[in-house]
Parts: sequence; C-alpha cells; structure tokens
Amino acid sequence: MYYSMLFYIFSFFVIASSIGVITSKNPVYCVLYLILAFINSAILFLFLNAEFLAMLLIVVYVGAVAVLFLFVVMMLNINIEEKKSKFLKFKPLSIILGSIILVEFLYFLIIDNSTLEKLSNTPNLEQKNNTISLGNILYTDFALLFQMCGVILLVAMIGAIVLTLRKRPGVKKQIIKNQVDTKKEDVIEVVSVKNNEGA
Amino acid sequence: MNENLINYLPILIFIMFAIAICIAFIASAFVVGNQNPDPEKNTPFECGFDVFEDTRVNFDVRFYLVAILFIIFDLEIAFLFPWAVSLGNIGLFGFWSMMFFLLVLTFGFIYEWKKGALEWE
Repeated sequence: MYYSMLFYIFSFFVIASSIGVITSKNPVYCVLYLILAFINSAILFLFLNAEFLAMLLIVVYVGAVAVLFLFVVMMLNINIEEKKSKFLKFKPLSIILGSIILVEFLYFLIIDNSTLEKLSNTPNLEQKNNTISLGNILYTDFALLFQMCGVILLVAMIGAIVLTLRKRPGVKKQIIKNQVDTKKEDVIEVVSVKNNEGA
Repeated sequence: MNENLINYLPILIFIMFAIAICIAFIASAFVVGNQNPDPEKNTPFECGFDVFEDTRVNFDVRFYLVAILFIIFDLEIAFLFPWAVSLGNIGLFGFWSMMFFLLVLTFGFIYEWKKGALEWE
C-alpha cells in the first residue's frame, strides 16, 4: 500500500519535473529541473531493487552530467526569448518523435508481450546482490558491448580535447626541463672590468 | 513491502523534514513579517544603482573540458565497482576484459596528459 503510493508519488515528480525542463523560461532552471528528474528516477530504481543503478544515476548523472549541462548552458548564454520561439518551431518534429516512441511502447505492451516477459526475467534480487548480479554478466556475456563503452569513452575524451583545447600564447609557465637544462654560460656573463673605468 | 527499502526510510524522513522546515521558514516570514510593498522596494537594487546586466556570465570553455574529462574517469570507476565484487565469479576472461577496457582508457589518458589538457594554464 505505502509502497505503491510512494512509487506513484515519485513517478509523478519525475513527470512533473520533466515538464518543468521543457517549459521553464530560464535555461538554468531547466537544468535544475533535470537534476530533480534524475534524483527521482534514482529513487524509482530503488523501488525496483536496483540499488547500484540508483547510486550510479546520482553519482554520474547528478554529479557529473548535470554539471556538464550547466557549464554548456552558461557557456552558450542562450537568450530566453530565442529559446521560446525555437520550442514552438520544433513542435511538429517533437510530435512525430513522441508518437513514434508511444507507438513502440504500445506495441510492446499490447501486441508483443513475450519480449517484455523475457526482459522481466531478472535474477531474484531479494536473495542476490544487485551489484554482483550485474558484474556477473557485464564483463563476460556482454564483453563486446563493454569494450564498445570503453571505445566510446575514448572517442569522447579525444573529441573533447580536439574541439576545446586551445593553447594560449603569452602565458607564463614553469617548464622544469628548461630550468634544469640551463647552463652557466647562458645566464651569467663574466666581464672583466678595467680598474677605474667600470661604469 | 520490500525489505530493502526499509533501509532508506530514514532518508525519506530526512527529506520530508527538510522540505517541511524550508516551507515553515518561508511561510512564517511571509505571515509574521510586515508586508508594506511599494514600487521603490520592489525594484532591483545593487549598491545604490540599477543593475547593469544579467548575473549570468559566460563561462570559459576550459571548465567544460575539465567536466567532460571528469565524467569519463567517473564512468571508468563506476564500471570498476561491479567488476571488483564479482571478480571471483567471472574468471580469467572477465579479468582480462576489464584490463583491456582500462588499457583503452589509459591510452586516452596518456594522450590527454601529453596534449596538456590536464594543465590549467
């Protein structure tokens, strides 16, 4: 009773904050709503007994991805009115995409029930630790997908460096190799000054 | 009712108390305090003159680079946790699978170190 009540309360919060993401005028508020949606989805994961995924959602999405979104929003400096007009401009596209997802959901819910049953065939999490049951299959049965994750992360890393790393000219910097390599002759000049003629 | 979720009940109570206290403070300030608004009081005020610009300023792109590099190694560590707890069950293949994953990301790490992406200035 309490269980399902709380589940519906948190589901309601997810939907409400998602609506807040797309309707609020200030882009920074959008990101804050997005963080609320992430936290509530993490709580929904807890209800499904997926504790590890819930903590991961908070660590990775709230701790890192949301911060990245905030940086991007602050960097772009999007105009508030501009955002509003674009929201209406993309309305047909978003309706098409939304209806495709809706049709897919309805297909799996109503017509193709067997796939859902196959997906719901999870280990009994009451007895088995969630993290262990994830680790048991992720690195062996899904090794190829796991290695693809590594390659995607590598591409993201190199891409971010190539796109955003700029060398700034004229920055004073300590280069230790140059300091160690400096010879006495390079920096000290010995001048023999005649008596009574030195400046 | 689920046994596991009982462990999270203190957090739920904590959050509810936090929200209740927030609402109580704002509501009591609203109810108890004097409310005499006039146009001068409602205008934005900054040290005696009107505000010049938005409080939001453009961030440097370097913050973005630091954040994305942080996410990548954050995810790498997130992958290490289930691997560490189930290392006894997944055998040698699981071990080397993770070693290869780490090797790929180490190449990226060497690249970013040599490129100087880790240095601020």
